[in-house]
Formats: sequence, structure tokens, C-alpha cells
Amino acid sequence: MGTLEIKLSKSFEKDKSKTTVALEDVELTVKDGDFLCIIGPSGCGKTTLLRLVAGLDEPTSGNIALDGKRIMGPDSRKGMVFQEYSLFPWRTVIRNVSFGLEMQGKEKEESNEIARRYLKLVGLEQFETSYPHELSGGMRQRVAIARALANNPEILLMDEPFGSLDAQTRNALQIELLDIWKKEHLTILFVTHSVDEAVFLADKIAVMSRRPGKIKEVVEVELERPRDRTSPEANRIRTNILKKLEKERKGD
Amino acid sequence: MIKRTINFFKNRNIEIASLIGLIVIWQLVADYVVQRTLFLPSFTEVISALVRIIETGVLFTDIQTSLLHFGIGIGSALIVGIPIGVIMGWFTLGNRIFDPIVEILRPIPPLAWIPFALIWLGLTHTAAGFVVFVGAVFPIVINTYTGFKSTSRIYVEAAKVLGCVRDRDLISKVAFPSSMPSITAGIRIGMGVGWMCLVAAELFGVSRFGLGYKIWFHYSLHQMDFVLTYMLILGIIGLLIDKGFRFVVDTYLLKWRKGVVV
Ligand SMILES: Nc1ncnc2c1ncn2[C@@H]1O[C@H](COP(=O)(O)OP(=O)(O)OP(=O)(O)O)[C@@H](O)[C@H]1O
Ligand SMILES: [Mg+2]
Repeated sequence: MGTLEIKLSKSFEKDKSKTTVALEDVELTVKDGDFLCIIGPSGCGKTTLLRLVAGLDEPTSGNIALDGKRIMGPDSRKGMVFQEYSLFPWRTVIRNVSFGLEMQGKEKEESNEIARRYLKLVGLEQFETSYPHELSGGMRQRVAIARALANNPEILLMDEPFGSLDAQTRNALQIELLDIWKKEHLTILFVTHSVDEAVFLADKIAVMSRRPGKIKEVVEVELERPRDRTSPEANRIRTNILKKLEKERKGD
Repeated sequence: MIKRTINFFKNRNIEIASLIGLIVIWQLVADYVVQRTLFLPSFTEVISALVRIIETGVLFTDIQTSLLHFGIGIGSALIVGIPIGVIMGWFTLGNRIFDPIVEILRPIPPLAWIPFALIWLGLTHTAAGFVVFVGAVFPIVINTYTGFKSTSRIYVEAAKVLGCVRDRDLISKVAFPSSMPSITAGIRIGMGVGWMCLVAAELFGVSRFGLGYKIWFHYSLHQMDFVLTYMLILGIIGLLIDKGFRFVVDTYLLKWRKGVVV
């Protein structure tokens, strides 16, 4: 299960005189099993929103509930793939993936077995004894995804996970991610800059406004899966969202 | 193996030639220019002194004694220094408690502690170890602290969302391994300083053996060939300790950093 209800505001206080309102009255519901993409201009608070859902930060007002229970801090029910590379460089690939299982107190044998299963899922089973510095950027993000999944989270938070990758790797990983999402029955909250990526992946796309960030509109993407990136319907939805973003950029 | 040894010498031909050149010049200067063992013992005199202390076995007792002093000092510096560095680096309150103490004690030269070492601990191995400890502990504290302070936030947060939330776990699973390069660098510096403190620590007759003690013992007899021999042995063992430590660190502790440009 992984139904998420968000209703909050968040501001950062630098000193007494200066506060940045990052998110203002953000309301969003993500249903169990949904794939929701968040898209919006840089600096509108997308990372901040994910960090709040992960429990790494607290809202200034309002709250977030996962399956009706208020989120009080980070735990293994919420998995996260970060915008930057976040693998532990001192651990081999398999020990990165089994990190969360180790923390749950699982036996080494058992956690290795589970970790291997998820490495296989992302197609990296032959790299289990490599260190992160021996992997390419795309491989690292795949390991990061495997690491988040191995903990069996109810909701997976992904902050522009493919942002630094080239277009081909990116497309391949998108297809992989959709496979995993279907197999593992996950709820995914996915931040991206790319309209193309959002239209290819999401059930719903939440378009955010400029700072202070609000959810401006949630667009349903009613396209058959597997999707064709070049179909006229996909094009139509893309154009529609690009227009909204352009309007947001101009600021009215 | 033999091939590797040959290759090693082939690749180091300039370094070896440089050392041989130094020895030749040294021998010539000692024999024909200085001509007095008191001022400059020659290479051959040093070698025969070396043979003497090896034959009588006294060298090995000296090395053992010095390594004992060194081991006591470095061991206690690790046991005390790393936890203090960890507390200072991880807990703000810990930093505020320890920082003033460390900053006041740190500038005191380790050798200035010798009188108190002797009063507190008497003429014992532990007293010599204490002086080594004072020399080694501050670089270890400071580097552990720096390593912990510069633990990347992204690793801490990644660990938190994987269910690693208690300070104890974050310290042992994230901050400690990520600070390993800095901590081991601190240990290396600490060992270097500690080794230098050793000679002074042994001056005061905490034992009738020890590499440092022997330098002063032979000096008092004006046997400068033995003095120089012990000096060179101090240098060589110091070098070996450093090389050995680096080897262990690179192959076991920091294997994950291979390929990182430092
Ligand atoms: N810890 C912080 N302290 C102060 N201000 C912050 C902090 N974190 C974020 N902000 C501010 O909140 C706003 C939103 O930042 P956030 O990182 O969420 O943007 P973003 O939408 O993820 O941007 P991008 O697309 O460039 O990654 C920014 O104006 C930023 O300056
Ligand atoms: Mg961001």
C-alpha cells in the first residue's frame, strides 16, 4: 500500500529578516500504485517537496500522510533516488544494495540474496563486487534504484534520477523503470525537467508554478502502455504541458 | 618474483645511482678530508659498527624496546584520539566541550611533557610511551574531526532513507568509512611525529635499551660511528613503518578509492 496525501507549506528562514517561501499550500494526492511526475521550473521546490515526503525535512505547516499515517521522519517505507550520485563509494555494489536490509537486521546470506535479485532486475548482476567509481553514470543510477527497491518501500521518490544521463541511456532506463514499477507494484513520485520523460512515464503529471511553488494543475495522461513517444496523442499532451510551463515561465 | 625484483631495480636506476654516489662521496670525504671518526665516521666504520651490534644481538633488543614505546604511544593515541575526534566532528555539543581543551593543549610541544611524564609515571616504558602519545594524538584528533565534519550530506541522507537513522549507526556505517582517508592521513602524521618524539623520550633512561637511548649512550662515550649507525636505523625503521602502514591502508582500508585522483 502507498497512498500519499500532501497538504503543506514550507519556508526556509535564513535569519530573522529573510525567509524564502519554497512551497505554498501544496495539495496533492498520490493514489496507491500511481506513477506521478512532478514538473516545474528550476527552483520551484521540487526537491524540497520530495525531501519532505522522505521525512528528511519538516513542513512549516500542514502535514503529509502515507496510508493515513503522518510522516514523522525518514524510514524504510519511503525509498529515495537522489538527484546527485549517492552510492556509498566505500561499499561494493552489492553491499550498497544490501545496506537497508543490513539495517533491518537481516542475516548476511539473506540480504545478499535479496540484493542479487534486485541487481538482476536492473541488469547489473555481474557487477556486484565492483566499487561505484568503476561504474558509468547510468549504471550508478541503476544501482541506486536497486538499493532503494531492495528495502521494499511503499513509495519510491525519484529526484531527476536520469537528469545527468545521455538521451539513449535515459530512454533505456525509463523503459526499465516502467517494467520494475509494474512488477513490484510501486507508487512512484518522479521529479523531472523533461516534458518528454513525464509524458512517457506518468499516469499523472503535476505541473508546478514558479517560486513560491504550488501545484498548478494535475494533468492525466491517458495513453496506452507501452507508449509510443512519437504518437500524435503523446505530441498533443506534450504541447499542452509545454504551453503551461511557458506561461509559468513568463509569469502570469 | 625475480623478474619483478629485477624490474624494480631497473626502474629505479637513477635513485640507486644517487644513493651509491652519496655513499662514495661520504666515504671519500670521511677518509681524506675530515679524517676524524669523531667528526664524521666513514661508511665502512658505520657498517662495522652495524655488524657489531647485530652480532651481539643488542640491536634487536633496542628495536624491540623502541617499538614497545612507540606501540604504547600510538596505541593509546588511537584509543583516545579517534573517539574524541568522532565526538567533536559529529556532535555540536561535543565540539564545544572539547575544542577549547584541544586548542590549548595542542600548541604545547610534546617534549615539554617529559618532566611530568617522569613524575607521573617514573622511569618506565609507559613514560616514554606517554611522550609519543602526546606527539601522535593531536594530528589524529584533528584529522578525525575534519573527516567527520566533511562527511557529505548526501550520504547521510541516503542512509537515513534506507532506515539508518540512529547516531550510532550513522557514525559507524556512514561517517566513519567516509572519513577513512582523512583519519588514516592523521594516523600517518601522528606516527611520524610520534617516531620523532621517541628519541627524546628515551633520553632520560627509562630503559637501558632503545634506539634513541643508544644515540645518547654512545655519544657520552664519543663513539660517533655507533651514534650515526643508530641514527640511520631510526630513519630506516621510520620509513618502513610509514611504508607498511600505507600499504595496509591502500590494500585493505581504502581499496574503494583506487582510481580517485588525489
Ligand atoms: N536548506 C535550504 N535552505 C534555504 N533555502 C533552501 C534550502 N533548500 C532549498 N531552498 C530554497 O528553496 C527553493 C526550492 O529549492 P529546490 O531545491 O526544492 O528546487 P528544485 O525545484 O528542486 O530546483 P531544481 O529543478 O533546480 O533542482 C529554492 O529557492 C532554494 O533556494
Ligand atoms: Mg532539485
